[in-house]
Amino acid sequence: MAQHQVNYASSAGLPIALTTVDHLVNWGRSNSLWPLTYGLACCAIEMMAAGGARYDFDRFGTIFRASPRQSDVMILAGTLSKKHAEFARRLYDQMAEPKWVISMGSCANTGGMFNTYATVQGVDRIVPVDIYLPGCAPRPETLQYALMMLQKKIRKESANMNKNTKQNLRLV
Amino acid sequence: MRKYTPKDNVQGKSYYTDRFWVAPRVPREEVEEGSHFEAVVNALGNQIKESYIEVGQLVVHIDASENFSVLKTLRDECGYKQCSEQSAVDYLAQDGEFELFYQLLNHTEAKRVRVVCRIKKGEAIESVVPLFKSANFAEREMFDMFGIKVNNHPYLKRIIMPDDWEGHPLLKTYPLHGDEFASWYEVDKIFGKEYRDIIGPENRDPAKIERYDTKRFSRVGYEVPFGADISEGEKEQAIEYSETILVNYNAGTKQLDERK
Repeated sequence: MAQHQVNYASSAGLPIALTTVDHLVNWGRSNSLWPLTYGLACCAIEMMAAGGARYDFDRFGTIFRASPRQSDVMILAGTLSKKHAEFARRLYDQMAEPKWVISMGSCANTGGMFNTYATVQGVDRIVPVDIYLPGCAPRPETLQYALMMLQKKIRKESANMNKNTKQNLRLV
Repeated sequence: MRKYTPKDNVQGKSYYTDRFWVAPRVPREEVEEGSHFEAVVNALGNQIKESYIEVGQLVVHIDASENFSVLKTLRDECGYKQCSEQSAVDYLAQDGEFELFYQLLNHTEAKRVRVVCRIKKGEAIESVVPLFKSANFAEREMFDMFGIKVNNHPYLKRIIMPDDWEGHPLLKTYPLHGDEFASWYEVDKIFGKEYRDIIGPENRDPAKIERYDTKRFSRVGYEVPFGADISEGEKEQAIEYSETILVNYNAGTKQLDERK
């Protein structure tokens, strides 16, 4: 038999890989998470460092996009003021499904030290958050870890997003 | 050596009674004769109600209705070409007035002048934008933060807070955590008022230590039962620590039995 011909009869020689649709789709989704560049305050510096050469987010298939239409993940990095909340929600709404949200840093999680009238006390009042990332500001390793946790989460989910229950705040 | 102060019952009484520290007042000096500032004071003439030198700067108190003419004189005749800051201070509780100030800089003399005037609540002030372009944003910020209207301003609109904001946050009467409007602002704006119930009120300061919370924090100096109501004040019930006794190890082991 010629070398270029596949020996279908031999064991494991079949040109077929068996998997589930969920697994295949989630493999694709989790390994090309494109975050929306959403730096709001000093956490953005750490986010940029995570995207830079030393920490290198590209290894995870993560490339920052400047448009919500091209993004899968919204990394809310920094203090969200009440004036800006409307626009954060609008950008979230403009992202195509499926979409996830990482709340990066104390300010985005709870308002942090800005216990004032002008700061949103946790971005989960505005958008449904998947990963809460502690720190002030979190180091790039923490953001990498959060992204890996998000990948893990995506791989556990159903590929059919309607089956997933976490989108409890998905309004309109 | 440091002076000894008795340490009895230090937990029971406040060791620092001055709740609100009053900053020592910066000394005010007379305007020196023959100085640059004297020329400034003479140029302004009887428009000045009070003038003195504070930390090397001339401070002039004027009538609020004359702010434009005073600043024009300072700019055109005294060389104060830059208005570096303009804002207000809320003295409503104290005096029922706002104190407005204009901070001016003379580049050639390297001297600064602060022009201070007072207006009542609800009164408006004349804009100085025709004299100093930098006053444009400063006056807008003053309007935003204090609600002080500025007459003849080219574009008097909120600059920091959103346009549909209610209230003026730098007033002393404005709560730090915001009023009801502020606390629901983003929810009302994005989802509508009917979503208030779904999202719920803001969870502010969960790490706050309540004075009379006996459930989450131990009482330093006073052990009280879990959940005891001590809002009426704690009982004088100092903790008994085991007594420390000096042991002479050469005199046998019986001494240790005397310990409680």
